[in-house]
Amino acid sequence: MDFDYTPDEQSFRQEVRSFIAENLPPKEKRDKSFLGTWLEKVRAKGWVGFAWPKEFGGSDGGLIEQAILKEEMSLAKAPPLGTSMMGLAWVGPGIMEYGTEEQKKKFIPDILDSKVTWCTGYSEPNHGSDLAAIQCKAELQGDHYLVNGQKIWTTGAPWSQWIILLTRTDFNVTSKHDGITCFLVPMDAPGVEVRPIQNMAGDKHFAEIFFTDVQVPVENRLGAEGEGWKVTVSALANERSSIGEVTQLQAKLDDLKTLVKNSKRQGKPASEDPKVRRTVAKFEIKISAMKYNGLRYLTKQIKGEPLTSETSVNKLHRASLEIEMDDFAIELSGQAGLQLRGGEEAVDNGTWSKGALNWPNVVIGGGTPNIQRNIIAERILGQPKD
Amino acid sequence: MNFGFTEEQNLLKDQVQRFMKEACPLSHVRDLSNSDSTFDQALWQQAAELGWLGLTIPENFGGLGLKWIDLIVVLEAAAEGLCPLPIASQALASTAILTCASEAQKASWLPAVASGEAIVTLGLYDEANWIDPAAVTASASTHGEGFILRGKKPFVNDALAADYLLLAVQGPQGLALAALGKDQVTVTAQPTIDSTKPMASVDIDGVEIGADDLLPMSDEQLAYLTDCGGVATTAEMVGAGAAILALTNSYAKERIQFGKPIGQYQGVKHRLADMFVDLESYRSLCYFAAWTVDDSPQELAKAVSMAKGYASDAFAQIGIDGVGLHGAIGFTADYDAQLYLKRSKWARPMYGDSDYHMDRIATLGGL
Repeated sequence: MDFDYTPDEQSFRQEVRSFIAENLPPKEKRDKSFLGTWLEKVRAKGWVGFAWPKEFGGSDGGLIEQAILKEEMSLAKAPPLGTSMMGLAWVGPGIMEYGTEEQKKKFIPDILDSKVTWCTGYSEPNHGSDLAAIQCKAELQGDHYLVNGQKIWTTGAPWSQWIILLTRTDFNVTSKHDGITCFLVPMDAPGVEVRPIQNMAGDKHFAEIFFTDVQVPVENRLGAEGEGWKVTVSALANERSSIGEVTQLQAKLDDLKTLVKNSKRQGKPASEDPKVRRTVAKFEIKISAMKYNGLRYLTKQIKGEPLTSETSVNKLHRASLEIEMDDFAIELSGQAGLQLRGGEEAVDNGTWSKGALNWPNVVIGGGTPNIQRNIIAERILGQPKD
Repeated sequence: MNFGFTEEQNLLKDQVQRFMKEACPLSHVRDLSNSDSTFDQALWQQAAELGWLGLTIPENFGGLGLKWIDLIVVLEAAAEGLCPLPIASQALASTAILTCASEAQKASWLPAVASGEAIVTLGLYDEANWIDPAAVTASASTHGEGFILRGKKPFVNDALAADYLLLAVQGPQGLALAALGKDQVTVTAQPTIDSTKPMASVDIDGVEIGADDLLPMSDEQLAYLTDCGGVATTAEMVGAGAAILALTNSYAKERIQFGKPIGQYQGVKHRLADMFVDLESYRSLCYFAAWTVDDSPQELAKAVSMAKGYASDAFAQIGIDGVGLHGAIGFTADYDAQLYLKRSKWARPMYGDSDYHMDRIATLGGL
């Protein structure tokens, strides 16, 4: 056991820090051109798709360097390393593993260059958690497939140019995991209609998407026909390490502590209230548990041991932290905590009141807490499936 | 960066697990806890021969010169089978000697501790559920060439088995540890919920000791020993927690109700998943805390409070759910689940409950 970093790793950390010091101006000094310049510079550094193989434009970065990069970036509250978040997280890795040479050439560079934003067409009106039961239909007709059906809760759909789409090509299967096929579809294809849905925080981040006789060329199929479930599972297994999330949560905890120090409860400093102290300590413990769980799993990966479903542990912690931290902040601030951005008494300009309505983004997207519990009980503890 | 165990540590773990299976199965633990003395001399001898009692004692004092991260491998694996041997007490007492005794005393005492020839324990606080120098109420005052002790140490772990005791007192110059032989004091067993963790009160009132037998101890040293106690206890909570989770997990696969294994119902499987999440998390925190003892002492206090603060409540809940998910069978004396529930009750207040540790985290975190 050893928490020290090798000289090479330390100098990599130093490199990231110097880069940030030189290229990341404080928030108030960033103008409109900043993001574009930032994205070009991190791309030139090879830090977008850092762990991807060099042949695809990545850097073959190691697991530890990857963790260092994420940690330093989120410590500095830097913008993301690419705007195509889902492209970087699973579309790109999926194409590298299952795509044709042409697909690789066509799609990978644009993901790395933040030229194309991807969304993920998984959930349907009747099939969310039960993802494999999808009904959106694709029929082979000569040189193309004809897609008909509906997707919903598709995050980023209103501004994405492409979608990775799960469809059913075969309805006569014994296992629902068979007969699923994956496609790469442009959002401006004729017959694709996006209807944004407003969430409870007032944002329109997700949408329902209707597919009516959409023609998708055969060359846009990712993987073989009927292989879509395998493609999806392996893409989702390309799990981001939770290091960046831990740093973000730590920063949020620091803000929460500042709020506590500036708050009163029944006229007395809130920082003296045993319940307040205990609650904040509990958040801090959970975030630390995420950190050290993450480092244990990272060590397993480095040693070449397969990670099973342990990441669900940190997902559950993160879910409860995302819900509870903002909620605690608005409770602590009473009526002022309820005020939205712009309100006269709004606390921290409404950050907490907004967050208290925004947690489902993280908590429900990517598998609800109960799905994570199923995964742990079934895949790690070996309990029978529902 | 490597947050994993070495090959040697894994072998040590296997060795302890094999020992527990072959020499100290739960049936034997039950027999011992039903007898007058839970202490098994033959078993102790075996543990001594395997080197477990001198793991953290330097080689020049007869030990193996290893670290706390090695010690917790033994404590965790032994606690899987609720080993009733006073291994943790021995380790804490040897840490106290290394921390507070003179070089001459270390040289004279530690070899016998490392070899297991002398069984030693450590008693710190006299007020229940209070971690503070002021919670040491027993005292020592100057008396002739040496000191005379006053008061009682009501909560000393493994005192009945111990040949020697190191007991915290308020001395003339501040806190100190009185080094005593078992014949100098009166030890009275205090049965608790968990008979695998024997507790006793030690009457030291009027006992006279020599000048050398009072070891000065600073407030920081007391805090350090308390934190080491927290690490040891949490490591045992990891082992015991894993064991009752494993027991409950396999029961849930076998027990059929309404035509299905109960583990197929989400009410059961989600509880099991939550037990796993908690265990996994305080396990990570415990390993980190154990690492800080030798390798990053400035982080020890916070790391212990994270680990013990999490484990205190989580293991208590794991104990309750472990018994509860079994239904009536879990409640029976003949079934093993209850033994672990009792251990979870025992461990909760030891070296600080969650309220203590969480408040300390708030303080250390700037609140």
